[in-house]
Amino acid sequence: MLHHLIRQAARSGFALDIAAKPLPTPSRRSFLKAVGAGGGALVIGAHLPMPALAAEAAPKIIGPADPRPQLFIIIAPDNTVTVLAKHLDKGQGIVTGLATIVAEELDADWAQVRGAFAPADNKLYANHFFGVQGTGGSTAVANSWDELRMAGAAARAMLVATAAARWNVPAGEVTVAKGVVRHAASGRSFTFGDLATDAAKLPVPQQVKLKEAKDYVLIGKPDLHRLDHISKTNGTAIFAMDIRRPGQVTAVLARSPRFGGTVKSVDDAAARKVPGVIEVLTLPVGVAVIAKNTWAATQGREALKITWDDAKAETRGTDAMLADYRKLADQPGAVAANKGDADKTFTTVAANGGHVIDGEFVFPYLAHAPMEPLNAVVALNPDGGCTIWAGSQFQGVEQMVVAGVLGCKPEQVKIETQWAGGSFGRRATPNGDYIAEAAMIAKAYPKAPVHLVWTREDDIKGGRYRPLFLHRIKAAVDAKGNLVAWKQRIVGQSFMAGTPFEAVMVKNGVDETSVEGASDMAYPVPNLAVDLHSPTSPVTTLWWRSVGHTHTAYAKEVMIDRLAKAAGKDPVAFRMEMLKDHPRLAGVLKLAADKAGWGQPLAKGKGRGVAVHESFNTYVAHVADVTVDAKGQVKVDRVVVAIDCGEVVNPDIVKAQMEGGAGWGIGHALRGEITMTDGLVDQGNFDSFLPLRMSDMPAVEVHIVPSHERPTGAGEPGVPTVAPAVANAVFSVTGQPLQTLPFSRDGIV
Amino acid sequence: MISINVNGEERQVDVPGDMPLLWVLRDELNMTGTKFGCGIAQCGACTVHVDGQPIRACQTPVSMLTPESKVTTIEGVRGKAAEAVQAAWQKLDVVQCGYCQSGQIMSAIALLTDNRNPTDADIDSAMDGNVCRCATYVRIRAAIKDAAQTMRA
Ligand code: FES
Ligand code: FES
Repeated sequence: MLHHLIRQAARSGFALDIAAKPLPTPSRRSFLKAVGAGGGALVIGAHLPMPALAAEAAPKIIGPADPRPQLFIIIAPDNTVTVLAKHLDKGQGIVTGLATIVAEELDADWAQVRGAFAPADNKLYANHFFGVQGTGGSTAVANSWDELRMAGAAARAMLVATAAARWNVPAGEVTVAKGVVRHAASGRSFTFGDLATDAAKLPVPQQVKLKEAKDYVLIGKPDLHRLDHISKTNGTAIFAMDIRRPGQVTAVLARSPRFGGTVKSVDDAAARKVPGVIEVLTLPVGVAVIAKNTWAATQGREALKITWDDAKAETRGTDAMLADYRKLADQPGAVAANKGDADKTFTTVAANGGHVIDGEFVFPYLAHAPMEPLNAVVALNPDGGCTIWAGSQFQGVEQMVVAGVLGCKPEQVKIETQWAGGSFGRRATPNGDYIAEAAMIAKAYPKAPVHLVWTREDDIKGGRYRPLFLHRIKAAVDAKGNLVAWKQRIVGQSFMAGTPFEAVMVKNGVDETSVEGASDMAYPVPNLAVDLHSPTSPVTTLWWRSVGHTHTAYAKEVMIDRLAKAAGKDPVAFRMEMLKDHPRLAGVLKLAADKAGWGQPLAKGKGRGVAVHESFNTYVAHVADVTVDAKGQVKVDRVVVAIDCGEVVNPDIVKAQMEGGAGWGIGHALRGEITMTDGLVDQGNFDSFLPLRMSDMPAVEVHIVPSHERPTGAGEPGVPTVAPAVANAVFSVTGQPLQTLPFSRDGIV
Repeated sequence: MISINVNGEERQVDVPGDMPLLWVLRDELNMTGTKFGCGIAQCGACTVHVDGQPIRACQTPVSMLTPESKVTTIEGVRGKAAEAVQAAWQKLDVVQCGYCQSGQIMSAIALLTDNRNPTDADIDSAMDGNVCRCATYVRIRAAIKDAAQTMRA
């Protein structure tokens, strides 16, 4: 569809200007250099520059924003306005969000607005936070806010200038509203489509005036529908899984059942006899079965007899890994935060009527399990490059990785980004992962476009998990009930280590994504010590919706409730006291508590818990209500969430992200875990990696703080506080802190 | 050759009888609205109707269908319940990634065809087999109630 649009617009409209000069961003150049040094083995993080930015009040655009409207807007003679999203939409609604920003400054009518994915191009479409094209870290709106407002305003000015010239009136007399360009005095008007062809010939204005927030007619309004709300309810939305190229074959890959294992020998005789199987290929990444269709491919794979070499594989189970982590936790780790003297304070506090509390927290490996199993179509092109159809989240990385695989230039790797059936971090990989696999198979089988399909079992057993983490925390309140000391040791794999970004993200042995939310906690603890061990394992790990905050916020907020109880203080009051210098955190905490009816008496067996946290420059508080029945079984009844993410582009999408984030957090806290026995993953599908289902889902009430601060993200920040709020609600009933996840391990669900 | 009736059309497919209906639809007939999510009847993404009843196409070998069986997919589903459900889904902007939603909608249509006034417990039991990793459950529940109201009106 996109190419059709571009072609059409190029003929007569507001065309995409691919030949325009590249963005000279320093970060992009250093990224390319890092990649060049690493050859085909590429690595980068979706989340990269955020920790550096988190220290600042608001995210900053790195490098100049590019306001050229032709990059982002196609106004066609049929009066449609198509906004090109350089970001992937994996459900978070970013195509709608970006289009809203453009449409606002353009004064388009929402009904004429469409969304499409921009072609992959690091020069034109880099994420300014990353230096390459990619989506992640809840950065998309923050990244595009200035760029797209400028683009929209520039396009509007060009339409106005065109109309003014045709009418021979001063531009100042021309107004634009709801997609109509008017000259009020003479009663004349044009649609955008009437003006598009001529407007495109004008130079792009160097300066544009942006709207003030009070004049917004689309931004912040609750009644805009998502641009994908119809195609995703009638089966017409196309995901990568639905791509059908002429002659396309389907491939599945048999990968080592143990992480780090390799193929020793293959007997493929039976597989080759399966009707529909075309070819069996042994590659460095596993054994590929290529077939006429998905069923034949999976049947063929089942018939393979493969002997694996486990010499370099992980052969421990998760219990053994955890035992090793506990041994490590007895030793000091790399220092992430150190002020005052926590150890000394514990001694003095204990002797002076205060309370010292300790706790060990265990967080399991977790799969992302996006609803659409990973897959990509790769078709080789005659020029030595290829075209890829995928829910590509890191186009910039994937172009370079695949160029390495095929021996072509990154620009020769065309990517047709598709709607993605979820990601939760899974699709943004340092090494191109499944897309690199698909390219390797396509290279080995150049006769036809290859569709590599992961089954759900491939996905659940396939790694890139949220790492297994162990936290040990010791903390103290003094006799007055003030939090005076906090010592925390964290043990878990680093997914930054071994990547070119280790240099940026790992400082003095501390991977910032392992300690974010802990070492920089907002509570003002005078004696704070946080350290980290980053053990290694062949088990692959990755960021997972809200990254380090998935475990750090949980451990922190559950400990805070225990400390509040020891201090004899109300959990909300205890937090409010400590957040005096953090008005936005205090603001969401108060809002959630007020809306939830905090402090009102509850029936027997009902509990209420709270948690508050900042992540990705967004502030979120949750209050959870639970019922604990006579048998000790827990049901989450309601969740009230307050969020402050600055200026809100689409309130209904923020609301949806809070609903989904609550479900994500609760679902995994209840029953989510990946375990291994002797290095083999115990789970394989949704019958064992148990997802949240309808009957688990509580009511969710969302309250958004009105704000004109710079917009930040909403995709991830709704996750960190929901599970600790639920745990604290259970704690309020049972007095038992929930420190080992998932809760099913405690037999309460 | 196996003959099946999909959305009112007779289709001939040359596939082994044990091939699940899901792959017949998706790979042989290029009807990609019905989704693959788990392959073991645990997620509901592949839900279609056979003679009006919701079934998991991933666990339905095509040989199990008789020449009289009428298969309805998201592409062909019509009628009062379908209209009400799709309109409610659109009104409430239920979808996020959207990948589960064909299956959710097919399950919801089947529920409302039988029961125009479902309770929360009815919704739980009809919809618990449909996983949504984006956790759009709050809106799915609201949309089913909205559609039910439309159908009763
Ligand atoms: S694909 Fe059939 S139930 Fe999941
Ligand atoms: S909308 Fe994404 S899985 Fe349901």
